[in-house]
Amino acid sequence: MSKIQNNLREVKKLNELQQREGILNGLHPVVKLVTTILYILVLVSFPKYQVVPCFVMCIYLILLFSLGDLSIRDGIRRMKLILPLVCVVGIFNPFFDHTPITRVGGYVLTGGMLSMLSLMMKGIYAVLASYLLIATTSIEDICYALRWFHVPKILVTVILLIDRYFFILGEEAGRMMDAYKLRAPKQNGIHYKAWGPLVGQWLLRSMDRAEMVYESMSLRGFQGEFRYGKRRHFRWRDFVYLMAWVMVFWLLRFTNILEWIG
Amino acid sequence: MHMADALIAPAVAGTMYAASAFAAGYSIKKIKEEDEFKKIPTMGVMGAFIFATQMLNFTIPGTGSSGHLCGGMLASALLGPFAGFLTMIGVLLVQCLLFADGGLLALGCNIWNMAFYGCFVGALLIWKPMMKNGASRAKIIAASVLGSVITLQMGAFSVSLETLLSGITELPFSVFVATMQPIHLAIGFVEGLITAAVLIFVQEARPEMLWGVAEESKSAKLSKGWTLGVIAVIAAFFGGVVSHFASAFPDGLEWSMEKVAGTTELEAAGSAYDTAANIQDATSLLPDYAFASGNGGTSFSGIVGALVVVIVVVGVSMLIRTNRKRAQK
Repeated sequence: MSKIQNNLREVKKLNELQQREGILNGLHPVVKLVTTILYILVLVSFPKYQVVPCFVMCIYLILLFSLGDLSIRDGIRRMKLILPLVCVVGIFNPFFDHTPITRVGGYVLTGGMLSMLSLMMKGIYAVLASYLLIATTSIEDICYALRWFHVPKILVTVILLIDRYFFILGEEAGRMMDAYKLRAPKQNGIHYKAWGPLVGQWLLRSMDRAEMVYESMSLRGFQGEFRYGKRRHFRWRDFVYLMAWVMVFWLLRFTNILEWIG
Repeated sequence: MHMADALIAPAVAGTMYAASAFAAGYSIKKIKEEDEFKKIPTMGVMGAFIFATQMLNFTIPGTGSSGHLCGGMLASALLGPFAGFLTMIGVLLVQCLLFADGGLLALGCNIWNMAFYGCFVGALLIWKPMMKNGASRAKIIAASVLGSVITLQMGAFSVSLETLLSGITELPFSVFVATMQPIHLAIGFVEGLITAAVLIFVQEARPEMLWGVAEESKSAKLSKGWTLGVIAVIAAFFGGVVSHFASAFPDGLEWSMEKVAGTTELEAAGSAYDTAANIQDATSLLPDYAFASGNGGTSFSGIVGALVVVIVVVGVSMLIRTNRKRAQK
């Protein structure tokens, strides 16, 4: 299966997850967006040697993956794009930072080892937290949340349109590539002589489509304003959800709660 | 070149968000001033087009491998720097959400590294001046390659700088730069050639679609020799700069390996080691499993606490999943 088809399948799967009825899906998008950003912010703010509290931040993911009935494997699979850079950056830490921090069973753990470990954890947790958000919140709802924060409507409209047209253009690209492969078998990608004509033709078709989209939108009264999902009201459970997580993050980041429990 | 959330400190993320927000605010102001609301659907469709094009593989002649398009230069050559910049913000956000390419916190950095340089530097400082007397094949190739190479080099350098400022990696800055720049030199070169191929096709089919090109397009001339000259100068310049950095790379690595091989240094690390050992002795319950002092759970009791919390949460999660399965039956 081609990369485009794989990606389209992944997006379809996300759309299905977003449409489900569930506790997390029913929460206000603003609350989910704020909680996710807070989580990532607190996570990356842990000092590089603080592996243990950083590790405990997984409770947010474990609990919400269960509540949202989501597959951690699907979330982990999304690491493929971002993990290489995180690995390259972190893997050298043990070679350069020899500060002895602790000893486990006769082995000395250096600062470099701990910072590499915490970097990997932060990388994985942050990706899983984003997955949690997008698997339970549609792009329309995220756009609604962005508008709630007064992100300019031009930008939000563009995001919404990209999301809507990605699927159409992605399917078109998939068909185009299938047709190309049938005519040019055993090739690793598009031959350089076809770079211009193939992508250029498709670009012109897309621009014509954009013109039609604009005309259709104008006929429906578009004047720069767009509807960003249905209007939602905050409910008690939204406040409880947000406040509960703020409290947990605060306890883990700014107190010695783990030592008290231990 | 997408940065992950784990690679940046909150202060760096906030600063880059502010810088990118300023550039976005300025772009929106310019679009409103020029009353270009008609461009909004075009920006959306163009963003989706770039997003989908990024998934196509382009064969690199003579190498057997393939490259792909990033799209910043292409977007700004068709939409202009301001609309192009906003389009690229949309592409980066959707990429981050749908495919975890980049992170929500790192979005400000990614916008700056990929969209800002590609659209503002690429379009305003390279594309526009080169096209002010009209476009030609050679000019488009020169502008696309030059623009892509320079803006990707700037973006890669920013990634190294942001990582350094975040204090995430122990890798010396020069070694990190020496790793990042040559990779992105090759990526930029391929990106430039793909962009040029597409833009040449557009120029032949619908020249009016190109942004910033003067009317007297037909009179524009740039010889093949001149174009090859520009490309050669870029290659020589960056080759020189990169080889200068690259020469430091094996030395740095050898140095680090030498350090790693000298394991006795860990035993004789001096006061830091003594301090850690003293604290460890004072706090340990199990002598060989003691941790040095630190905030929130780097002591043994902290670890026990952490394990208790995680086990409780795992237990609750398993209960939730079991109950759900029962309810489904």
